[in-house]
Amino acid sequence: MTQTTADAARAAKGPPTKPLKPRKYNRREAIAGYLFISPWIIGFCIFTAGAMIWSLVLSFSRYNLATNVQSPVGLANFESLFSDPRVATSLGNTLFFALLSVPLEIAFALFLATLLNRLGRGAGFFRTVYYLPKMTPMVATAAIFFLLLNGNTGAINEFLRFFGISGPQWLVDPDWIKPSIVLMSLWAVSGTMVIFLAALKNVPRELYEVASLDGAGAVRKFTTITLPMISSAMFFNVIVLSIAAFQTFDQAYLLFWRDQSNASPESSLFYAVYLFQQAFRQFNFGFAAAMAWLMFVIIMCVTFIQMKFGNRFVYYEGDK
Amino acid sequence: MSVNTTAMQTAAAPEDPQPERQIIREKPRLSTRIGKGTSWVLLLIFTAAFMYPLIWLISASLKGRGQVFDNTLIPETFNWRNYITVWDELPLFSWLFNSVSIAVLASVAVALSSSLVAFGFANFRFPARRILFGLVLATMMLPGAVTMIPIYLIWKEIGLLGTWAPLWAYNLFGSAFYIFLQRQFFLGLPRELFEAARIDGASYWGLFTKIAMPLSIPSVVIVLLFEFQASWNNLQQALIYLNAGGVEDFTAPLGIAYAMTKYSPTAGGQGDYQYVMVASLMVTLPMLVLFAFGQRYFIEGVATTGRKG
Repeated sequence: MTQTTADAARAAKGPPTKPLKPRKYNRREAIAGYLFISPWIIGFCIFTAGAMIWSLVLSFSRYNLATNVQSPVGLANFESLFSDPRVATSLGNTLFFALLSVPLEIAFALFLATLLNRLGRGAGFFRTVYYLPKMTPMVATAAIFFLLLNGNTGAINEFLRFFGISGPQWLVDPDWIKPSIVLMSLWAVSGTMVIFLAALKNVPRELYEVASLDGAGAVRKFTTITLPMISSAMFFNVIVLSIAAFQTFDQAYLLFWRDQSNASPESSLFYAVYLFQQAFRQFNFGFAAAMAWLMFVIIMCVTFIQMKFGNRFVYYEGDK
Repeated sequence: MSVNTTAMQTAAAPEDPQPERQIIREKPRLSTRIGKGTSWVLLLIFTAAFMYPLIWLISASLKGRGQVFDNTLIPETFNWRNYITVWDELPLFSWLFNSVSIAVLASVAVALSSSLVAFGFANFRFPARRILFGLVLATMMLPGAVTMIPIYLIWKEIGLLGTWAPLWAYNLFGSAFYIFLQRQFFLGLPRELFEAARIDGASYWGLFTKIAMPLSIPSVVIVLLFEFQASWNNLQQALIYLNAGGVEDFTAPLGIAYAMTKYSPTAGGQGDYQYVMVASLMVTLPMLVLFAFGQRYFIEGVATTGRKG
């Protein structure tokens, strides 16, 4: 890890101790190196670079599936992107979902990790149990929650009834569809939790002891020691969860869009689902490719803003 | 000196040592105790919350048609026959066989190719190495949606639509995340090992097969397990490449999606949703078995690499 960080830093800033002449490479060694990485080079050329170029061409074309003919249409696909109300709907749904799910998942995962961290050695059992949902395939998770989220007889509403709350029609009421999917994500939050737990374990105990001597309370210790010390894990989790939230597909597809015959609530139309439908149900490859590039640009922007904004608060060990 | 300290610690351990600490931390210790108690209670509550859906899965798989939507945890009658019916009505065996085969191909392919590439990046100096490795890392950021359609068209051009190839063969070219993981591992190996082997006349290929690979088994296991799980869960790829085929060509996730449509009351199906639960259990069990054996690799793998499936 240290090696990479150093590499990345060097790559970003330019080597400070650059030799005046480029290093001579051992020819045999260089050839062997290229041979070892050749599978990746071939794959990159075809499945990444090649595919990206083709995707870009497609986004400016109309593709006829029957004849395999691509005809250029200029900006038509991008124009229809902005005139298609369902693009706006799905984009809005996805952003709303991301804004709701990412903070909740972060808070819940950190809360669980903190609890586990206090336990020390006894945490193993709970860590295993909490990890089981992560091992449950998404299809099974969706199939189970289809029952648990049933508005009339589902276990979640039965539980709420116990406290005198009459729960919503989770999967029917348009306002509650996205919270339903958030609930499913919270159940499988353990991946995020494990990363937080690893970060918490690395916080030096002495810091807390010193703070105790200075009379700091639990809250104070959490905000002035724990949060800064785990900020790089926090930063990582926020970025990864945001990117994942933006590409949410399985849950929405399985619960609402798997069946073509009945009308599903527009509130459940996620961006990745609409893109998939346009590509592989309508075979509007050009339009779908344009949608994919819009997604790419949005994810890049969100990640860039988070990096720009987040880096100011992130403490990396070894930074001076 | 160190022996001495250890001996002292072991001797003092049974009767709660560290007297000087006790004096300083009298108050915090009490609150720590209360804190620990609260933690335990909360952790047990969350255990119930996390386990409930899985227990529910088992329970619902045993219920009868009219009962599956009721919120009773223990079925009125245990319909063990559900399990036989599902194996009769759904090509569950084919689905599981397809999924296992594809997952094995995908994970073995990616472990081999990624190790090769990672070894190249870790142990050889060649022009543009930094730039190329930067490209490897950059591809991790690329959303799959961008390349999804062209890759479909590539497989269509080659004439492999409807086969398993699109679901695993691209793994022969390595995968950025695993290349990164393996490279980290190779970089951690002592260089002297390779130098000594070179002096003994080992070829570059020999360094890879005789030294690097045998020593990197722990990280190879992580790659195999992660990719197996990823492949096992892959719904979207199966929808794209296998949905047009016959039902028995489906993978397990695609099969569950099919079963959900077939047995959901909302879709005009018969409403025998308990069969979906049986099938879901069958798809979940292999993952739980894998977890039972590879728990350490899964959790530590996620903790150190940040991969979240």
